[in-house]
Amino acid sequence: MPEHQTYEHDVLVIGAGGAGLRAAIEAAAGGVSVGLVCKSLLGKAHTVMAEGGIAAAMANVDDRDNWKVHFADTMRGGQYVNNWRMAELHAKEAPDRVRELEKWGAMFDRTKDGRILQRNFGGHRYPRLAHVGDRTGLELIRTLQDHGIHQGIDVHMECTIIRLLKDDGRVVGAFGYERERGRFRLFRAKAIVLATGGIGRAYKITSNSWEYTGDGHTLAYDAGADLMDMEFVQFHPTGMIWPPSVQGILVTEAVRGEGGVLKNSEGRRFMWDDIPENYRAQTAADEEEGWRYTQGDKAARRPPELLTRDHVSRCIMREVKAGRGSPHGGVFLDIAWIKSKLPNSPEHIKKKLPSMYHQFKQLADLDITEQPMEVGPTTHYVMGGVRVDAETQMSNVPGLFAAGECAAGINGANRLGGNSLSDILVFGKRAGEHAADHAKRFRNGTIDPRQVDEAERLALEPFERGAKGEGPYQVQYALQELMQDLVGIVRTDAEMQRALGALDELRARASRVGVAGHREYNPGWHAALDLRNLLIVSEAVTRSAIERKESRGGHFRDDYPEKQASFGTVNFIVRKGADGGMTVATAPIPEMPDELKRIIEEMK
Amino acid sequence: MPATATFRIWRGDAAGGAFQDYPAEVSDGMVVLDAVHQIQARAANDLAVRWNCKAGKCGSCSAEVNGNPRLMCMTRLNQLDLSKPVTVEPMRAFPPIRDLVTDVSWNFRAKKTIARFTPRPPDAPDGSWRMAQVDAERVQEFRKCIECFLCQDVCHVLREHAMFDRFVGPRHLVYAAALEMNPLDTASRARDLKHAHGVGYCNITKCCSKVCPENIAITDNAIIPLKERVIDQLYDPVVKLFRVFRS
Repeated sequence: MPEHQTYEHDVLVIGAGGAGLRAAIEAAAGGVSVGLVCKSLLGKAHTVMAEGGIAAAMANVDDRDNWKVHFADTMRGGQYVNNWRMAELHAKEAPDRVRELEKWGAMFDRTKDGRILQRNFGGHRYPRLAHVGDRTGLELIRTLQDHGIHQGIDVHMECTIIRLLKDDGRVVGAFGYERERGRFRLFRAKAIVLATGGIGRAYKITSNSWEYTGDGHTLAYDAGADLMDMEFVQFHPTGMIWPPSVQGILVTEAVRGEGGVLKNSEGRRFMWDDIPENYRAQTAADEEEGWRYTQGDKAARRPPELLTRDHVSRCIMREVKAGRGSPHGGVFLDIAWIKSKLPNSPEHIKKKLPSMYHQFKQLADLDITEQPMEVGPTTHYVMGGVRVDAETQMSNVPGLFAAGECAAGINGANRLGGNSLSDILVFGKRAGEHAADHAKRFRNGTIDPRQVDEAERLALEPFERGAKGEGPYQVQYALQELMQDLVGIVRTDAEMQRALGALDELRARASRVGVAGHREYNPGWHAALDLRNLLIVSEAVTRSAIERKESRGGHFRDDYPEKQASFGTVNFIVRKGADGGMTVATAPIPEMPDELKRIIEEMK
Repeated sequence: MPATATFRIWRGDAAGGAFQDYPAEVSDGMVVLDAVHQIQARAANDLAVRWNCKAGKCGSCSAEVNGNPRLMCMTRLNQLDLSKPVTVEPMRAFPPIRDLVTDVSWNFRAKKTIARFTPRPPDAPDGSWRMAQVDAERVQEFRKCIECFLCQDVCHVLREHAMFDRFVGPRHLVYAAALEMNPLDTASRARDLKHAHGVGYCNITKCCSKVCPENIAITDNAIIPLKERVIDQLYDPVVKLFRVFRS
């Protein structure tokens, strides 16, 4: 047996963003022992970056809202390839999950009558996002953190899991390393919840932090779990593009929710030029109506800037390609214009969008109350992930659960803004609850020392090659360029076939990566170990995207620019084949119950 | 802006260390963290540094740049004199782990000692509460805190006097203030603030407020009102008399 420390928990949660923390809290409430593994320090996970709000049909601002409208909005946004049962549960349970946060100390913005305030967001028919200015994610994670530390959860900070351990078909543990001393850790567990977030670091321009390397996706894939919908990657329409060092950092959709408009170099609001048929009835007739919508007029319909993210991103790309872009290759996002509508607009903007004001002022020397911002699409979110059961969040591997961004289903082909924070609360809770149940029904399995030995040997290989090997960062940068260029917002078969070949070469380079120095807090080593995950998720995205020969949601094919009805009834499933190679299969979407079909019809 | 600059970075661990010079290419809009990443990717793969969001929202990349406690991701190179080497060193109030990474685990233990949020019963049958925006805002200022611990780093009670066992530091007084001023909260923390958390050790030099990247008025809006609360609740003669009768 290699040298490592062993820990034992009934439930092990991997990932400590919103989904992981919520799962850990719920599992602990179920009376089992819980371990929570964070890749960074507690409270630093990517959830802090979420800005706009939590979507929940509480109807505090518009009493016409209810779970049915939220469900229909989510399905429409996801282009109907969502797991409809997850969309239903999500819409029904989100309000209780938000109220629960308040019970645990969250301090939301208020309505005039003192209730939780809700704001407009893209694709949501009514003002639905509970928020705290534009730093809702920070409020959410801090609330869960401050509540969670009193629930008897064992927190393992700065620890990365590199392998799940199995016995007789079910997961029985996990193996990883802690950063500080570089020592290995073995976790025995009866149930494991993956809550590791996304894959954004596979792309060059991304709003995601270094942690987002598809760890949970890869752990699940290696353990024999199905991945689903990996072709659906969300490119958020508004990332910063200038100066270069801030490229990709998110500019919240709330800017548009508060009245911000998109303009090309000719000053034209180009979003009016292309309004998809299925959103026409919900879109404003003119600029005046759109403005009234952003200011809370219930009779008004939303401006086209608040169409879904996939669509807005493509419209921006179109303008740039047609030569109507901004100086640095994006378009203009203008909130300053509202000074013609509101007397105190600078104060109003600073109050509604404090961190955006701060971000542009400090990083780009730009005052958003006076000047338009330059923005362009940035890799933001992956709709695809571990295929799970809607009720329990368990994967096809017994004892292995997944929640939040690393799980698939709720969002279909495109996620609506605000649905991520509600997703992590609703399904984080469900995953924690069912993982605890599962743990109570099973005894500890047996750890196979060969699996542990192999994981350890592979993890230490980069040190054997030492400084003579290739640098890990150079391989990572090459991968990011490749995915950005060949499997980005606009895709073609020819480019993606080239990407597959290039991924083979990168895999070979990754196997030659070397790391100098020792194991204590060595970021080069960590980057080298993350490479394999990035390669696997990149291949999964590429192979799934090749198979979906149509355009839908976040997946746009230049060679198949239209939506095809035949692809609207299937999901693509990625799994590890018997020979270790990656396979892609088609899975039909189960028939929706009549009750849900009726809701979708009524809300059209 | 010149095309290159020198970054003098502290390399070492708990046993000791030294500054080492690294050249970096610089360009428009770059921040200190960009330069550190460039050096890490090209010249020193094992250069240890914490970071996550690179947008001033997670509070991971705290360090001392030219001697000033800063978030590296929010420190633009055009704010620094690049004709001289830019020094980058870890937060000095905390034990070093490696290079720019320090052991901040004490902060997580200190937070746990503060009595948690204890709300009054809900105001409405659906389990929700009613609250005015103005009351929410007072607390929201404190909840902007990103836990970068720069205020802890610069506080002389911790940095010079190392009173980690008697004083929780500005960060956790802000945390306590957010709880104490939450209109829904019913717990009382005055006794703990005085005895266990050492609010009296703060002598209002406001160093913490000056370095806060979120511009929280730590001393004026959090610590001074807490000091007043401790005095009101523990030293008020009428209350004291009342206590005598009760016991």
